[in-house]
Amino acid sequence: MLSPVILIPAVLNGLLTGAVYALVALGLTLIYGVLHIINFAHGALLTAALFAAFFAHQLLGLDPYLAAVALTPLFFALGYALQRFVIGPAAHGEDRNILLVTLGIAVVIENALLYAFRADTRTLNLAYAFEVLDLGVALVAVPRALAFLSVLVVALLLWLVLSFTDTGKAIRAVAKEKLGAELSGIDVAHIYAVTFGLGTACLAVAACLLIPTYYVNPHVGNAFVLIAFTIVVLGGMGSVVGALVGGLLIGVVESLCGLYLGESLGQIGIFAIFILVLLLRPSGLFGERA
Amino acid sequence: MRQASIAHILLVVAALAIVPLLTASNVVLNFLIVALMIALVGQGWNVLGGYGGQYSFGHAAFFGTGAYVTAILQTRYGVNAWAAFALGIAGGALVGGAIGALAFRSGLRGSYFALVTLAFAEVLRIVASVVPITGAGVGILITLDLRAQAFQFQSRAPFFWIILALVAVSLVIVRLIEQSRFGAWLLAVRENEDAAKALGVDAARVKLAAMTISAAITAAAGGFYAQYFLFVDSGIAYGPWISIEALLAPIVGGIGTVLGPLIGALAVRTLGEITKLAIGDAPGLDLVVYGSMLVLVVAFAPQGIASLLAELRARLTRWRASAPERTNA
Repeated sequence: MLSPVILIPAVLNGLLTGAVYALVALGLTLIYGVLHIINFAHGALLTAALFAAFFAHQLLGLDPYLAAVALTPLFFALGYALQRFVIGPAAHGEDRNILLVTLGIAVVIENALLYAFRADTRTLNLAYAFEVLDLGVALVAVPRALAFLSVLVVALLLWLVLSFTDTGKAIRAVAKEKLGAELSGIDVAHIYAVTFGLGTACLAVAACLLIPTYYVNPHVGNAFVLIAFTIVVLGGMGSVVGALVGGLLIGVVESLCGLYLGESLGQIGIFAIFILVLLLRPSGLFGERA
Repeated sequence: MRQASIAHILLVVAALAIVPLLTASNVVLNFLIVALMIALVGQGWNVLGGYGGQYSFGHAAFFGTGAYVTAILQTRYGVNAWAAFALGIAGGALVGGAIGALAFRSGLRGSYFALVTLAFAEVLRIVASVVPITGAGVGILITLDLRAQAFQFQSRAPFFWIILALVAVSLVIVRLIEQSRFGAWLLAVRENEDAAKALGVDAARVKLAAMTISAAITAAAGGFYAQYFLFVDSGIAYGPWISIEALLAPIVGGIGTVLGPLIGALAVRTLGEITKLAIGDAPGLDLVVYGSMLVLVVAFAPQGIASLLAELRARLTRWRASAPERTNA
């Protein structure tokens, strides 16, 4: 049962899936770290991004990896506009209201997609989707390996932006001390929107990396968002490193639970971690005290 | 609207109670039964969310438990339907108490509380879709037995009066809470938990009590659902739809008010029906409307419809009063 012939590929696969989870969680944790809100629309926005990537290929013939170049700025703009013109003004600065507004947006996006495209599950047929790399100990699908590497690149880029650009410094300043940042002339509403935009842009990248080997339907984001919540809580709300480590960890846990418990009960493993972390250590592994 | 007295409540209930005498239309009655059921779910949410300030995103956990316990006890253990219904309420309260004890003992607040309630509801949904006792993916069909002692009726009118009576009881309970010392503690916790604690309020206990009452009320709606539709599955019982309806009704109607959930449920359901008539019945459309409503109400009428109407009236009087000045200018 614990034979390495099964175990090593399972762990490896878990790591590859986990990388994409990490990217989704990265967007969520970034938004939480700066705005201190949980974005309940994250999953629905991921679903929207998956549909966008799907139709970019179906209608425009764009390869998903090329589509990422166009969709990432598009989703950045979408996220920016959502925070600046909908969530920010609607919430009147109350955290409870933000919860409700993002939940409302999630319900609207998810069901508008359901209305437009029905509950059908769609997949792309790409020539390279089934190509595999032989790593000696295991076979790895090329698109998934590519996704893993891309996530590392995106995480690095994000870190560079946050560390060295003026906007990045402003984001970190707002995250640490909102009032102080405002007093030093930082436009907080703008920074909030930029952060939300970055978080949403992460979803566009994640969607383009997922679509070659995954499927899309109006509810697909839900599966990811609860996993992303788990990762964010496990890694520590607002911690970028936590999101990466948590993502990989959860990927492996899911893969192993699926192996030993079967597909649907495998999900329970993730929820069990989620609830346990929330109850026992809400600040997570890398987070500051909640 | 600030304070609905018991007399107000009785008046509203009496006005609704005569509806089946005026119309035998199944469409009208069915609409009202479902709206009242949502009002009950929403009233449950309102106790914890409206008065206690703890926003749950997983009230499906209690609705579903009420529905499943009612259905399972009848179909698998031959328990009388009314007894099963009562035990369903108790089961919901138990689940609410258990989740509340875990969450509040760990000091979860705000977003964290919303997340953990959501997670518990999802765990229950997944478990219910797998284990045999809940009928797994197939669900449970309650055997048709059209007798009053089996909590089943030939016509819709008795169902209407039963759900109306349940709603009336919930209204009175909430009204009594509002006036009680417990209600004052609950409001204190909502407004400022740390300050409430400093004044000697046992915040965790007050929240736990609110959550148990909240869950019991919502579970009653779940049990009623099972008897009315005679079918329960994991997507209906523990699905996210009911968690959304639960918070939408009180927020739209007026959060933290006695009649808010009832007004909200009627408004939301009416809007849903109008959408169906206007655009046709399509999956997802009603929820698009609900979601937009949630955002719009939070944005423009944070105190709900009732206060919005009051505000409009006040503005109109002010506008009328200032009319002479305007003509002079």
